[in-house]
Amino acid sequence: MNPGKNEKIDQKFSAILEAAERRRKAFTETPVPKIHIGMATCGIASGALETKKAFEEILAERNVEAIIHPVGCIGHCYAEPVVIIDHPDSGFPPIFYPEVTAGKAQMLVKLFLGEGDPRFEHILGATMENDLIPSLMEFPRFNQEKRVVMEKCGHINPEDIYDYIAEGGYSTLAKVLQLSPDEIINEVEHSGLRGRGGAGFPTGRKWKLARNTVAQEKIVICNADEGDPGAYMDRTILESNPHQVIEGMAICAYAVGAHKAVVYVRSEYPLAVNIVTKAIGQAEELGLLGKGILGSGFDLEIDVFQGSGAFVCGEETALIRSIEGYRGMPRHRPPYPVQKGLWNTPTIINNVKTLASVPPILDNGAAWYRDIGTENSPGTAIFSIVGNVVHAGLVEIPMGVSLRSLIFDICGGIPNKKKFKAVQIGGPSGGCLNEDFLDTPIDFDSLTEAGAMMGSGGMVVMDEDTCMVEVARYFLDFTQKESCGKCTFCRIGTYHLLKILQRLTKGEGLDGDLELLETLSRDIKAGSLCGLGKTAPNPVLTSLKYFREEYEAHVKEKRCPALMCRALTAFYFDLDLCARGCDACATCCPVDAVFTTSNRKKGVDQELCVKCGECLVACPPEYDAVRKVSPPNLVPFIEKIPDKKEEGR
Amino acid sequence: MPKLRVDGKEIETKQGTTLLQGCLDNDIYIPNLCFLESMEDPSASCRMCFVEIEGEKQPITSCTVNVKDDMVVKTDTPAVRQLQRTALRLLLSVHHVDCKHCPANKKCELQRIAKFLKVGLKPKGLERYLQETEIDRNHPFINHYPNRCVLCGKCVHICRRQHGQSVWTFAQRGFDTVISAYGEAGASSLTCGKCDACVKICPVGALTFKDVQEDG
Ligand SMILES: Cc1cc2nc3c(=O)[nH]c(=O)nc-3n(C[C@H](O)[C@H](O)[C@H](O)COP(=O)(O)O)c2cc1C
Ligand code: SF4
Ligand code: SF4
Ligand code: FES
Repeated sequence: MNPGKNEKIDQKFSAILEAAERRRKAFTETPVPKIHIGMATCGIASGALETKKAFEEILAERNVEAIIHPVGCIGHCYAEPVVIIDHPDSGFPPIFYPEVTAGKAQMLVKLFLGEGDPRFEHILGATMENDLIPSLMEFPRFNQEKRVVMEKCGHINPEDIYDYIAEGGYSTLAKVLQLSPDEIINEVEHSGLRGRGGAGFPTGRKWKLARNTVAQEKIVICNADEGDPGAYMDRTILESNPHQVIEGMAICAYAVGAHKAVVYVRSEYPLAVNIVTKAIGQAEELGLLGKGILGSGFDLEIDVFQGSGAFVCGEETALIRSIEGYRGMPRHRPPYPVQKGLWNTPTIINNVKTLASVPPILDNGAAWYRDIGTENSPGTAIFSIVGNVVHAGLVEIPMGVSLRSLIFDICGGIPNKKKFKAVQIGGPSGGCLNEDFLDTPIDFDSLTEAGAMMGSGGMVVMDEDTCMVEVARYFLDFTQKESCGKCTFCRIGTYHLLKILQRLTKGEGLDGDLELLETLSRDIKAGSLCGLGKTAPNPVLTSLKYFREEYEAHVKEKRCPALMCRALTAFYFDLDLCARGCDACATCCPVDAVFTTSNRKKGVDQELCVKCGECLVACPPEYDAVRKVSPPNLVPFIEKIPDKKEEGR
Repeated sequence: MPKLRVDGKEIETKQGTTLLQGCLDNDIYIPNLCFLESMEDPSASCRMCFVEIEGEKQPITSCTVNVKDDMVVKTDTPAVRQLQRTALRLLLSVHHVDCKHCPANKKCELQRIAKFLKVGLKPKGLERYLQETEIDRNHPFINHYPNRCVLCGKCVHICRRQHGQSVWTFAQRGFDTVISAYGEAGASSLTCGKCDACVKICPVGALTFKDVQEDG
């Protein structure tokens, strides 16, 4: 490799870029309407395939000309299936339509494409400033985001490499192949980029370690295992813009001196696997991967490895074992993978988002990146926000934004007029924070300090109806099942935690249980071999710290304040409100636990009731007679008249 | 030869040896279950061999560090003992304690560690959870007792070392993790009938040769 100005690279790349721009020009300049449909897994799950089919059928049927442009996920999962229609001749700007079902698709073709009526009642906004329709940029969900990694997601067709190139893709690779590896690494180091896989290790430093390791061969691995329940950022990025990740991998490989790379993605992500595999093929065809990339002396081969979906295989040493064909069990570090990794070869492992951040950083410069985010956590954070929040989905924000503005401004707050109770950040390794932390800035260090963790970006928002003991139990159930079973603290310790939490939620808690939870948690953290065990107690420790009264109520009063733990709650009907002769609840009860009292009102047979809450839903709002209480002994006694039929028998 | 201070005592060890082995060679006992000197990568799974090393913030497993000149080590600090006792209690909480009927009685590493750490074999505070299977008879010559096994992995290691591949492997996940003889078919070809490496290396009594009568 001889870095420095290389005309050949520039020439080769300009030819590719020209082809991409030609296509782009033809696409944008044609007056034919374009229908962009979000076709990532989130879109498909909400029916995007049916929507697409409906568009195709109605276009053919009515003989309307339009181009269907499948794109990835734009991040607004609450609005899926998302469709953007660009109809230049209508005089309207491109319009964003949420929740486009097959029926809505047909209607839009008839009325908008056919008659020029954009159906204002179905519009979320326009994708650009204009005088006719409010722009999406007026909404906080759009204007407070800062897109670095996801900038092109939802705009380009992930299965067409030219779409990416026309938007500036691979130009950074062409540029940096003419720099020395040290220059690249220095730039990455100056940008302050920290690993997005959870721990936030400085990426530049990792690359430098890898670069300085002398070895015949080195390997780059992109970690797309993404096993946290509820997290789907990496999947979405791979499905929406795989080339940005591939470009980042190529830059990394060039910088550290690797000629082999692997994308480790779980086989439960079939769409992501297909799209990445196809993308690698396309990049090879254009000479952006393979031998002598863009006419330089740099070779890189990228393979896709499908993991079998164990959470622990996201841990780097277990990931390596699993590629080697063994059971995915972590091993002690050091040696770190950078010293001794896959097949004993120095291996550099980075998360999808880390690698996807690299092209924009090298394109715009370290200083540009440092301007985004905070001093110690530059750049953006990507969260998949789920739970009790109005606008769930993927959000990319500058680091340093407060939890409050993320949850209440950007994501629209808590639905159904409920109160905010807690936010769980970082998945099974993270913690539950209460409202005292709403003004905490989101960055690696602040979250760790609060006892949570950036993790890989899962965020669950919970309202007042959520029981924190139950939440802790849920996460421990997950980590316990996903523990590789290797080391004592994690294998047995987390099982005890789980069992204790289970008995608390059943009202069988014992004196001393909370103290036992605490000491065990501390020992598991200090004693476990890998990150899974070291962080598994976090949901317990944080909820115990910030919601202690709730735990105490479970132990001492056998009461679940959030009315969530079934064993600790009961239903009854307020006889002052219950309407005589109404049968709404009785007909919906799946176990016939509702009986009629002597004055033709209703009561619940507590022995039969399974606490499904159907009656609560069924009771007409004008009566609102169903009461849910905890502990169950608060239920007033309501006499059941003996069943006549039974008597007669 | 590196010289180090352990618990205030000056000791000399072989170059390149682990701190655990160095201490054991000098008659300083550190509880351990999963370490074998021949291991290239110690599995560090039992989490017993903690010590404190000057300059390190937290207790660290002595089987994963190599000795260094002038290292200052303490094997008996409250933090170390806390972790060791919890690890032992956890192991005992899933252990079928019935020493009288166990072939390892009196030469069992768990008994030794319990005595050393002054922890009773039936510690209070933690519930006891046992596996359903008391005896796994899948291996043609050897019975495995999941409720005695501490999952140290020594049998897996020794079998692989002697025969190139191991009859014993880890199976299942989480709390259900067990040692299991998956390659039963291969087992007979590995002449398990003649080799007793795993039975001998087991620090507890979790592997025993099938008694002809019992197996009938
Ligand atoms: C139990 C466990 C699961 C993990 N899962 C993932 C994962 O799904 N994706 C990921 O990128 N990193 C995961 N990590 C972190 C990796 O070990 C590693 O630190 C990371 O891939 C490094 O990339 P980065 O420097 O870009 O963050 C996990 C760690 C642990 C302990
Ligand atoms: S901490 Fe858990 S997942 Fe990690 S090595 Fe130990 S048992 Fe396996
Ligand atoms: S059977 Fe014995 S040697 Fe094998 S893992 Fe269990 S305790 Fe260790
Ligand atoms: S002997 Fe060190 S962890 Fe088992």
